[in-house]
Amino acid sequence: MLTVLFDGIASGALLFLLAIGLSITLGIMNFTNLAHGAFAMLGGYLTVVMLNRWGISFFYCLPVAFLAPALAGVILERAFYSRLYDADPLDQVLFTIGLVFASIATASYLMGAQHQIIQVPQFLQGQIHVFSGFDMGIYRLFLLAFCGVITLLLHLILMRTRFGSRLRAAVDNGRIARGLGINVNRLFAVTFGVGSGLAGLAGALGIEILNLDPVFPVKFLVYFLIVVAVGGTGTVGGPLAAALILGIFDVAGKYYVSQIGAFVIYAVMVAMLIWRPQGLFGKKAVR
Amino acid sequence: MIARISLIVLVVAVVFGACMPTTVLAQTPLKVGLILPMTGPMASTGKQVVAAVKLYVAEHGDVVAGRKIEVLLRDDANAAETTKRYAQELVTNDHAEILAGFGLTPLAFAAAPIATAAKVPMIIMSAGTFVIPQKSPYIIRTSFTLPQNTAPIAVWAAKHGIKKVFTLVADYAPGIDSETTFKAVFTANGGQIVGEARVPVQNPDYAPFVQKAKDSKPDALFIFVPSGEGAAVMKQYAERGLAKAGIKLIGPGDVTDDDILDSMGDAAIGTITSMDYSAAHPSPENKAYVAAFEKANPGMRPNFMSVGGWDGMALIYEVLKKTNGSAEGDKFLAAAKGLSWMSPRGKITIDPNTRDIIQDEYIREVKRVNGHLWNVEFDRIPAVPPDGKF
Amino acid sequence: MGSIAKPAPAAGSGDIKFKAEAEYLRAKASWRPYELVFWLLPIAAYFLLPKQLVLLSRVAVMGLFALSLDLILGYAGIISLGHAAFFGLGGYTAGLLAQHGFGEPISGLVMGALAAGILGFATSFLVMRGSDLTRLMVTLGICLMLMEAANKMRWLTGGADGLQGIAVSPILGVWTFDLFGRTAYIYSMAVLFLVFLLIRRVIRSPYGLALRGIKENQRRMQALGTPVTRRLVVAYTIGAALAGLAGALLTQTTQFVSLDVLSFDKSAEVLLMVTLGGAGTLYGGIIGGLALIVAQYLLSGISPEYWQFWVGIAFIALVFLARGGLVGLAQKGVAALSRGRGARAASQGG
Repeated sequence: MLTVLFDGIASGALLFLLAIGLSITLGIMNFTNLAHGAFAMLGGYLTVVMLNRWGISFFYCLPVAFLAPALAGVILERAFYSRLYDADPLDQVLFTIGLVFASIATASYLMGAQHQIIQVPQFLQGQIHVFSGFDMGIYRLFLLAFCGVITLLLHLILMRTRFGSRLRAAVDNGRIARGLGINVNRLFAVTFGVGSGLAGLAGALGIEILNLDPVFPVKFLVYFLIVVAVGGTGTVGGPLAAALILGIFDVAGKYYVSQIGAFVIYAVMVAMLIWRPQGLFGKKAVR
Repeated sequence: MIARISLIVLVVAVVFGACMPTTVLAQTPLKVGLILPMTGPMASTGKQVVAAVKLYVAEHGDVVAGRKIEVLLRDDANAAETTKRYAQELVTNDHAEILAGFGLTPLAFAAAPIATAAKVPMIIMSAGTFVIPQKSPYIIRTSFTLPQNTAPIAVWAAKHGIKKVFTLVADYAPGIDSETTFKAVFTANGGQIVGEARVPVQNPDYAPFVQKAKDSKPDALFIFVPSGEGAAVMKQYAERGLAKAGIKLIGPGDVTDDDILDSMGDAAIGTITSMDYSAAHPSPENKAYVAAFEKANPGMRPNFMSVGGWDGMALIYEVLKKTNGSAEGDKFLAAAKGLSWMSPRGKITIDPNTRDIIQDEYIREVKRVNGHLWNVEFDRIPAVPPDGKF
Repeated sequence: MGSIAKPAPAAGSGDIKFKAEAEYLRAKASWRPYELVFWLLPIAAYFLLPKQLVLLSRVAVMGLFALSLDLILGYAGIISLGHAAFFGLGGYTAGLLAQHGFGEPISGLVMGALAAGILGFATSFLVMRGSDLTRLMVTLGICLMLMEAANKMRWLTGGADGLQGIAVSPILGVWTFDLFGRTAYIYSMAVLFLVFLLIRRVIRSPYGLALRGIKENQRRMQALGTPVTRRLVVAYTIGAALAGLAGALLTQTTQFVSLDVLSFDKSAEVLLMVTLGGAGTLYGGIIGGLALIVAQYLLSGISPEYWQFWVGIAFIALVFLARGGLVGLAQKGVAALSRGRGARAASQGG
């Protein structure tokens, strides 16, 4: 029972890392980036290439898995995304779906269509036997720790730095923020970059647990959206809580009531959205 | 005078006769409509089959019985109505005389009525659900059936000290076929099923299911997942320490798919499966096949899906030789029934009653040979019928 | 959209009070020449493109599906990622009826529409709350749950294998479905046209205007006294019913239905069609459906493995070159042409 709980929390932690970037960009730029999964996929595939083909150690791959998608994010944001901030949300959807299709086909072309496998360092494999009925997967423990660190970092950046306060100002009221001389454009670019980078990092970390294949962006899109919708946008705590709840319910549902396993996560989502339409910690609906 | 005229007439006649173009029975190219998953989650299957089809044509030439073979490839886009539409168009617009491919069961079901209505032979190169050939009298299968691949491991497990098994299958037709067969055969041989779970096909995380299996304390975990997903299951098997807990991993060979087996790492070593094809099959035909396949497709190792494509083409070629180039439905079927030949996997036969495939099954174990992981065969059951009852 | 000047109300005469509005609606209801040309195209296609009738039948069905979504999305402003739930429900309803011997097509369509309409009505209240994202996820969640349910209920739906043994009777007892898709084509096009007429009528009515007002500014409409929720529920129900009709039509013309009609992919596909064609333009859904299906068909023929790449690039290009979808592009083109003509006329001192 405790193992299931632990697995669920770890699953939720990974989901949080994957989705937090989307939550930030949605909350700040009001832009539904359905191509978010593509950045995660980029991080994942880069790690596969570096680890499997070039023999680079797993821990050195992780920073690259963050930086490359972050850079890609900044470039794409300046070149394309920024022009669509005021566009109809449907046009945003069309653009991001186009990006997803192109990335799926590119991944299939460059890396083949099969699932990718990596071998994480030996000391991260296996389980720790805590007591009877409770084993903790070492890799999952590592994930939890990593997620904790990232959450703390994000919180500190948002609350304790000037950058963070500028970001929060831009979220609350972009026009006034601009009026105060805050370079909102640069803020958006950096934020988008960081969000995409986090996705890439999560994509790399997730290869071991989830599967990495070219349809990754579409397969997990639903999960990202669930976390963001239930958690509410613009905060770090909301998506975290949402991801953990969903992770636990998903894993527990599949364990205890396997017959309707997949059902549980959707039912929970719909129930939570009916209860709190603006998300757990989100602000009241503006759009 | 008459002699001269006769001579002139004779010469003119001969010259005229020599210049007359001989009416060659010009045969039209034979189009084979190949409908496969080329995009989406099953794309790796499509790629394997296409690679094998191309290899066969490259090695055997594209002309058989005086007819040039043209393969028209279509992506089924994972949608039944798209498959049906392509089947319809291939037959009516492109005048395809043979339909082939079919990686997913509902898509094959959707296309079957087209084959029946147009009297076109339909060759299943991929899908494994048992009832597919029953959907049209023009369906012939060259891939495998799930009962065929599952029954041997069920018997082997029961005979080798495995008393209690937890079954874990993907929740779609092949998975359910496999689960049903395993349960029936295993219990008939004295085994006991201690638990079962069906996993959604688009499932991200196998952890809870494998954990549940572990907690049921079976002697072995029986797995069926779509080809390619084996890696995720293997990871969970390793992470949760099932091997240490004394739980073996068994199932049909989909979980140790040759194409990704090598990257699964040591966790896969010791897995016992039953399957119709292993890339390590020690026959001269297979060694040549694997070498040629890897040369033509760097980075890919042929798997059980590819031989379905290879043998589908072999079927077409052999039948055309028998029917002198005619792919007319009833003639093709008559010539195909009972046809037997040596495939890279071993000897295969098309059952005249069910139009399904009879083939040898092998029990294999994953071993590291020369630094790479292979499914090494150690036992063989000859001529297993499609319903798996041997 | 010209300005509506309210004339001075005559003493006690109610029908003159809304004269300008009525004239506005009447003007909108009249048929433009390009509309007549548009509806002659399917007839021409029957004779000019006899080999593509199967493809064009799918276009008709998906066009109908997109039209039903456009009503909800483009006119009522409810963004939905779960519209396939209604499509699939209609499809399975018609399929089950045909499987159990009730193969009469027209009644199958009606039952499909009815079933989907009921589901639409029942879930409409869930969709009224929250932001766009909430609506997106609630509609998606309902669709996914329905698909899971259909998967589990193998005894009813055939599960992942799909429903087989669907025998559709001849339409009106006369026309049977043939291998070349001729009957299916005429049937689907006829249904599409009739539903289109219905929606056109609804849009160009006072109710339609109210819907558009609600989409633009809900609060203002509430202040005007419009029962906003009721209007939206009606729109959502009609949209759902018509999606069910489209699903039933697909089942009947393909004689097969399986889980993919309830999938997220289907919902996303129809949303793309509406966006591609231009939401809220009445023809946008049909044009978007035509464009997407034909593009996929042509590109897939050229590159069966990587056609998605080119479709993706096309989407991106379209977004940057043509806001408002293909219809928007056409409108801009027409406007540019008439501007040029007007400028020329002006420069000629006309």
